[in-house]
Amino acid sequence: MKEFAYQHATQVHEALTAVARNAGARYLGGGTNLVDLMKCGVEEPTRLVDVRRLPLDGVQVAPDGGLVIGATTTNSDAAAHPEVRRRFPALAQAVLAGASGQLRNMATVGGNLLQRTRCGYFTDLSSPCNKRIPGSGCAAIEGVHHNHAILGHTAHCVATHPSDLAVALCAFDAVVRYETLDGTGEIPLEQFYLPVDDRPDRETALPPGALITAVVLPGSAHTPRSCYRKVRERASYAFATVSVAAALDIRDGVVRDVRVALGGVASHPWRARTAEAVLRDARPTAELFRAAAEAELSTARPLRDNGYKVALARNLVGAVLGGLAATEGNR
Amino acid sequence: MTDQTHSTISLLVNDVTHRLSVDNRRTLLDVLRDDLDLTGPKKGCDHGQCGACTVLRDGRRVVSCLILAVAADAAAITTVEGLAVGGRLQPIQEAFVRLDGFQCGFCTPGQICSAVGMLAEHAAGWPSAVTVDDAPHAAPELDEAEVRERMSGNLCRCGAYPAIVRAVVETAARPGVAG
Repeated sequence: MKEFAYQHATQVHEALTAVARNAGARYLGGGTNLVDLMKCGVEEPTRLVDVRRLPLDGVQVAPDGGLVIGATTTNSDAAAHPEVRRRFPALAQAVLAGASGQLRNMATVGGNLLQRTRCGYFTDLSSPCNKRIPGSGCAAIEGVHHNHAILGHTAHCVATHPSDLAVALCAFDAVVRYETLDGTGEIPLEQFYLPVDDRPDRETALPPGALITAVVLPGSAHTPRSCYRKVRERASYAFATVSVAAALDIRDGVVRDVRVALGGVASHPWRARTAEAVLRDARPTAELFRAAAEAELSTARPLRDNGYKVALARNLVGAVLGGLAATEGNR
Repeated sequence: MTDQTHSTISLLVNDVTHRLSVDNRRTLLDVLRDDLDLTGPKKGCDHGQCGACTVLRDGRRVVSCLILAVAADAAAITTVEGLAVGGRLQPIQEAFVRLDGFQCGFCTPGQICSAVGMLAEHAAGWPSAVTVDDAPHAAPELDEAEVRERMSGNLCRCGAYPAIVRAVVETAARPGVAG
């Protein structure tokens, strides 16, 4: 690990200034991903600006019935919060489906969104990786890629985004709130992650030096009938093979509102807009759910060894929607 | 100009305050083991994947291998060495001994610190991924499924899981024990 300076900030402006003034400076949250990447040599910051003591902690109920989750709120506190569990069950479930009890106690909501892919070639300095060294190539396309992307990938990168939280946030139309020295800004989660294109090293739409201050869940997305289901290679403490965050509101026998987002299938949470269009205003049946899932996955382009994910995602979407349709209030 | 790559920190470890000068690159785990001779926390994977380095930071379980010592400044740390009070083992420690909750013992300090933190989390009403969340204010019973899920951050290379789970389930059921 390269030597680096460290400071902890107590005010947002102090943190923003410290990063703006020092080339190579990075914000440090829980450190569960950044510290590990520093050990591997993937990240080599010259200065860490610790943001955990900033007044950005906690969950607030917004006037519209939505929630504002401060960026330094730990995953544990977000998942245990009664209003998160009551208003956005899939969000609490998504957080609890990720990592371990120890890591959730450390990791922050803001940091969760900025974590890097767990593609093995990204952390293997002896392999080419366009995400790590632009233009160096992608070892995963012909290599070990059974858990890589089936949607939205390019010849430059086939990695997936590992966050569970972000998948639920995507389904709920969450907005990422940030601050720079020029002021505050907001980016909808669905536009927060950039398409892979030919520069997979550019991952988010955040301006340089920006600090995430909160994620905002709109009151209009509030639903007691939402669910996060994650398929993985062991029962707990593993990244998603495929995951689904969904909310379903059925009234008078017709789908009035539906939200579906997929994890583990692309470089970012995949909002299933095509499936949602098939479902909206239709009569909810198993056949409809199946048709919606098939429509969404029709553009999937599996790699040599991950074709199983297409069927898995299709089945998972159908099963999650079927489960939500059978819950109290939707029958 | 001061050397910005080193820092002076204060750590309250097992109720004893230590003032230390650390290279910013060093982890809390390395400082505990190498500077304070607390070798209970183990360096298993050093990537936050195995849980052998688990300690309590301000009462919450964390993996000390992914915490920079400098970022732990002013924190209260409890390692497995600090759990017994006046030479008396905590119930979870006693249960691990009596029910044979280990084979080689390498993961045991992390398992035990994790269990202490987990029981407190459960007592605070925190849900888990296997909790059926239809009553968000009631803590679920700590049955085998809950314990396996909540303890999944601690790997045991010997596969002593059945006895580890028994020790935690039995401790959770004891009156007066958090959980």
